[in-house]
Amino acid sequence: MATFYDLAAANRRKSALLVLLVIGIFAALATAAGVAFTGGIEGALPYSLFAFGLGFFLTLGAWFGGDRAVLAAAGAKPLNPSAGAEELQLDNITAELSIAANIPKPKIYVIDDTALNAFATGRDPKHASIAVTRGLMAKLDREEMSGVIAHELSHVRNFDIRYGLLVAALVGSLALLSDMLLRFAMFGGGGRRRDDDRGGGGGIQIIVFFLTILLAILAPIAARLVQLAVSRQREYLADASGVELTRNPQGLERALTKLGGDREVLEVATKATAHFYIVNPVKHFESRAAGFMATHPPLADRINRLRALRGAQPLLASEGRARE
Amino acid sequence: MELILPIAIVGAVLLLVISSYNGLVNARNRVDEALGQIQVQLKRRYDLIPNLVEAVKGQMGFEKGVLESVTAARAAAVNAGATGNTAAQAKAENMLTSSLRTLFANVEAYPTLKSNENVIQLQEQLTSTENQIGFSRQHYNASVLSYNNSVQTFPGLLFAGALGFAKRDFFDAPDSEEAVPKVSLS
Repeated sequence: MATFYDLAAANRRKSALLVLLVIGIFAALATAAGVAFTGGIEGALPYSLFAFGLGFFLTLGAWFGGDRAVLAAAGAKPLNPSAGAEELQLDNITAELSIAANIPKPKIYVIDDTALNAFATGRDPKHASIAVTRGLMAKLDREEMSGVIAHELSHVRNFDIRYGLLVAALVGSLALLSDMLLRFAMFGGGGRRRDDDRGGGGGIQIIVFFLTILLAILAPIAARLVQLAVSRQREYLADASGVELTRNPQGLERALTKLGGDREVLEVATKATAHFYIVNPVKHFESRAAGFMATHPPLADRINRLRALRGAQPLLASEGRARE
Repeated sequence: MELILPIAIVGAVLLLVISSYNGLVNARNRVDEALGQIQVQLKRRYDLIPNLVEAVKGQMGFEKGVLESVTAARAAAVNAGATGNTAAQAKAENMLTSSLRTLFANVEAYPTLKSNENVIQLQEQLTSTENQIGFSRQHYNASVLSYNNSVQTFPGLLFAGALGFAKRDFFDAPDSEEAVPKVSLS
């Protein structure tokens, strides 16, 4: 059984690897593009340096400003604990569970939306924020909200939030870079390539050129798949370690049931930030969160794992389908 | 040349003593810090209780006994806390916790109290404080366990007593958390 210390250490390690990988992929992509456009490895150097710098600054940006960007994109406003009973309760629950998790109390934000969802972000437990929708505050009771907050605090404590931020930066920036490359290849690179053909080195150049395009198409898909694979496993882990904090599997189980019954789309969530949320916020497809491309495991499956913790029977298959 | 071995042995022993002494000091500081955290929350609970008693007094006139036992349990807990004996304090606090539960259960029977903003807010604050005490207690007990282990095992065992590192008491959980609640069907 892995403790959260192991999980946090693994996440720190993976985060560092990810940064290296991003910078590596950037440099490789740009070098290939440079070779294709200029016809030589010498000419490719400025391209490589540019991509290296881009990767470096994007990582830096995600590290120091990623949480603010994610919160701003979701339209999250800081919570005022004295605004009412629900606000006070949310503030109290977070204070309690932060003690249980032995981390500083994160900043709390509210998203003014009636959809039911929540997420955590930040680079480490000292610089962490959690955000919940107003709908969630209205519809969940104390126990259910504790389950959700404990789930989010587990993401904080396990350093999932750091990894999530870097993944978001990777997915976003790879898409941006390959988009730039594709445009450049179609409009900018074409003419020059034909001129160089007379020089004789055209054969290799064309191969590298097509490789670049292939890479540019594949890279975002690969990045997306990495994002999906990691975030599904993380949700199970955060459910389990959240229950470890509250000692109450039923609170989270009931909360997930309510979240599953909610059909509303959270307008402020996008594909790049979907993996932050406790349940998939983008529910345009009715098959929500069940397929190969899902960022989250099927809800019925998560509920069944929680039921197993307290020795209850799993949901019936028909019931499970209704809840997804 | 023949001096090297004795010097190395003395050096190794010295290093062992220094590192385990530092380990003991660290563990003891963690215990004190955890206890401080509990005390902050207990203090908050002492401050909240008179407000709640005041808020429900008018409505619950004929259940005076419940309110009196809460007030008495609070006074006993404050006194026990002043003695600095953790075990005695834990016992008094557990009495207070259970008398508060009785009070909350009684409030449920009064619709006007149950829907009163002030009472709801005080109950929420007390529930939260209660939970914080519970989680801090887990944290404190875990710190005490690790501190006691280093006092009672080798090499701390050799000099912990001489240097004044005494074993610490756990902050025990209330009995009602361990016992199965009795359900009356009459």
